[in-house]
Amino acid sequence: MGTIPQEHYEPKEGSTAKWINDRLPIVGMMDHLAKFPTPKNLNWAYVFGGILVLFLVIQIITGIVLAMHYQVGETASFASVEHIMRDVNYGWLLRYAHANGASFFFIAVYCHIFRGLYYGSYKAPREILWIIGVLIYVVMMATAFMGYVLPWGQMSFWGAKVITSLFGAIPLVGESLKMWLWGGPFVGEATLNRMFSLHYLLPFVIAGLTVLHIWALHHVGNTNPTGVEVRKQSLETVKKDTIPFAPFYVTKDLFAILVFLIAFAFFVYFAPNYLGHPDNYIEANPLATPAHIVPEWYFLPFYAVLRAITFDIFWIIPAKLGGVLAMFGAIAVLAFVPWLDTSNVRSTSYRPIYRWWFLVLVIDFFVLMWAGAMPAEGIVPLVSLLATIYWFAHFLIVLPVVGLIEKPLPRPETIEQAFRDKHDDDYDADRSQSAGTAAQPAE
Amino acid sequence: MPIAASLPAPPRSLRNKGTDMKLSIASVLTAAILFTSPALGAGAGYLKDHEFSFDGMFGAYDQGELQRGYQIYEQVCAACHGMKHVPFRTLAAEDGPGFGDAEVKAIAANFEVADEEGDPGDTRPAKPFDYFPTPMAGGNPPDMSLLAKARAGGALYIYSILLGYTGEEKEVGGAYLYENKAYGGYFGMAQPLYAGDIEYSDGTPETLEQYSNDLSAFLMWTAEPKLVERKQAGVWSMGFLILFATLVWFTNRKVWARVKHPKDHA
Amino acid sequence: MAHADDKHGHVADEDRRDILFLATGATAAVGVASAVWPLIDQMNASASVLALSTMEVDVGALEPGQEMKVSFLKAPVFIRRMTEEDMAAAEAESLGSLPDSDARNPNHPGEQATVKSRLVSEDSDIIVLSGVCTHLGCVPLGDGAGDFNGWFCPCHGSHYDSLGRIRQGPAPENLPIPVASLDGDILKLG
Repeated sequence: MGTIPQEHYEPKEGSTAKWINDRLPIVGMMDHLAKFPTPKNLNWAYVFGGILVLFLVIQIITGIVLAMHYQVGETASFASVEHIMRDVNYGWLLRYAHANGASFFFIAVYCHIFRGLYYGSYKAPREILWIIGVLIYVVMMATAFMGYVLPWGQMSFWGAKVITSLFGAIPLVGESLKMWLWGGPFVGEATLNRMFSLHYLLPFVIAGLTVLHIWALHHVGNTNPTGVEVRKQSLETVKKDTIPFAPFYVTKDLFAILVFLIAFAFFVYFAPNYLGHPDNYIEANPLATPAHIVPEWYFLPFYAVLRAITFDIFWIIPAKLGGVLAMFGAIAVLAFVPWLDTSNVRSTSYRPIYRWWFLVLVIDFFVLMWAGAMPAEGIVPLVSLLATIYWFAHFLIVLPVVGLIEKPLPRPETIEQAFRDKHDDDYDADRSQSAGTAAQPAE
Repeated sequence: MPIAASLPAPPRSLRNKGTDMKLSIASVLTAAILFTSPALGAGAGYLKDHEFSFDGMFGAYDQGELQRGYQIYEQVCAACHGMKHVPFRTLAAEDGPGFGDAEVKAIAANFEVADEEGDPGDTRPAKPFDYFPTPMAGGNPPDMSLLAKARAGGALYIYSILLGYTGEEKEVGGAYLYENKAYGGYFGMAQPLYAGDIEYSDGTPETLEQYSNDLSAFLMWTAEPKLVERKQAGVWSMGFLILFATLVWFTNRKVWARVKHPKDHA
Repeated sequence: MAHADDKHGHVADEDRRDILFLATGATAAVGVASAVWPLIDQMNASASVLALSTMEVDVGALEPGQEMKVSFLKAPVFIRRMTEEDMAAAEAESLGSLPDSDARNPNHPGEQATVKSRLVSEDSDIIVLSGVCTHLGCVPLGDGAGDFNGWFCPCHGSHYDSLGRIRQGPAPENLPIPVASLDGDILKLG
């Protein structure tokens, strides 16, 4: 299966495993996953996929359990969330875990995306893997947006109203589309009810996309920090560059998961409302607009892009529509990265020019995040516009141009070589022929 | 695909330099954003310097302050402010005000709630399973169930408001507004408390600072009755996770030893 | 498992590795259990539901022979103040003639259906009954209905006496008595 040679699963004759596997090859599939040949040199930047799977599970489980107590209604929604917080056994824990779980899900996804950008994980033959990832990200954003509406606080209502109103900016069909989404001429219980339904559905869409994502990954194999591919000519060559996923990456991912959970636990137990907004503890009031409507932090960069377009583009695209197009464009541009990057070197570790531009991109992301949180006054509109211009320029100009003009650093020949060089104190011990005394590893 | 060069791989120091700098800059920025955001939310107001009993990882409510805070609510605030998400029975919580069952019944009976079995508009004395009523319709003055979480600065903001009146007032279109330093402008509510207004039966000083502390603590409890349970669970959970992570760190090292140092673990 | 030249150190390493793996595995199990418990417990009755699991009824206004019906845990409960004649007549009935001689009273488990074991307390004249017919669950009619001055179920014709004991008809058991106690004029259910 796939392009990475792997030993075929051979269950013992007469075993239960063989009986099941003959009828549904699920035991073989689990064996394939457990023993999947994974590059031996993956560093800590590669742990976020495992963290993301865990947080998807955490969100689904806490979400289903919360849905046993949540009610949909103009006053019932807010009251039911308070019922959960005060009366349901461990309700406070489930709610805070779910709300902060969304934030940590996005922290992990941004680390995962930036790792992919840095190490060229999107380059051939992993374009589809990357695009499925972009799709997962978009569905995550839709899910989180609708989830935030459910408590029906001030930010829930006004955030829903502002963002869904953007659809009204689409020419010709905009107004009808907006009212179709709303279920009427206003944002109300009809809107809330359908958002609950879709919020319950989309995580399972994410789960399905994740299966495709991992399938695509296993078909071509993982990248690694050197960007040099695993030698997949034969089982023997594969074994020189890889180790089985279990137990090595199970324990490594588990450690990273626990560190991430420590940070998560700190927020859930000691700062559960830090990443949220106090206004969402006020019941929704369609007649009173909050002083500053702010989305959750993980949307801030794109919110800044939306607000950065304050002028009509080319005199025919109104500013509001321009903002919407720019916002969706800023996400969509990610999908084209495999074709925008012209470098024939995968890993930025060996790209001495590009790495500085990458750093600027990371800073730009944080600048956009800051700008999205600020009221649109003073230097903020200008900063937002410059940061938005850089965002697009990075993908549409820097990526294609730098790849063509850059002289990359020499890469290691093989993963095996790179791995040996990194643990080179042992490599030297290997070479030395001091008889009798086994060299002690420097732990 | 790149042709392998005959040069050795660049030394580690050169390869990782970019990553290290990247990380430091990214973390500084993140830190800057995270730490400035509370300042953004607090508005133009001025918060006082005050420590509550429930602050910090090991903070907890004090039954005395919650009971006194309830007393202030009942005598001063309840005329205008409801608490529609707070059931009377929670006043008995041991990690909350800790009123006895008979006291809770008596407190509830002081309030009138809508009588479901009567005609519309009928009321009856409340029972412990009822919720604090809302005395004024229309959303103003605000309900106090969640006030401490619905304002940036939380309980400290409420404390600062109670102590922040300057005495200046002005009239705008028939409504009176009152200058308040914590609000950073003119506030809609007149100063509700003055020293000596409330008689404490347990000998606690009847100063405005004390009243402000007690009422703010009570309102923190109405907003977050599970605070103590949450923090206690947090200490256990984080301790457990740190222990578990340490064990897995060593497990991971052991597991990887034969890969990283094959000669010693052949 | 191959051993290095230095055998002693290597065997000790294996023991230490096993202890480490065991400790890690045990910690993981504790972690999983403590994560799973809240997910299960959240389905147990919430505080608001538990608050409705007891109810107080003021029976001070009930005259002897008078009856009231309340809704408790979404089911009917009959409360009746017995007259002296009711109690004397019920006392006189022999237990052997009753289709069901069990008291059906969780406050007096295992006892026979005497006046003493059916009333809510020894020195009172109040009887508290679950108003659900033990045949198929209809709500019997009260105020002395039926041939035994008690309750009569119109669905299939079960007759209960003044102590709520089944006397005639298809119902197999006496009307059950809910958990209750009397404190002066306040009857506490649940």
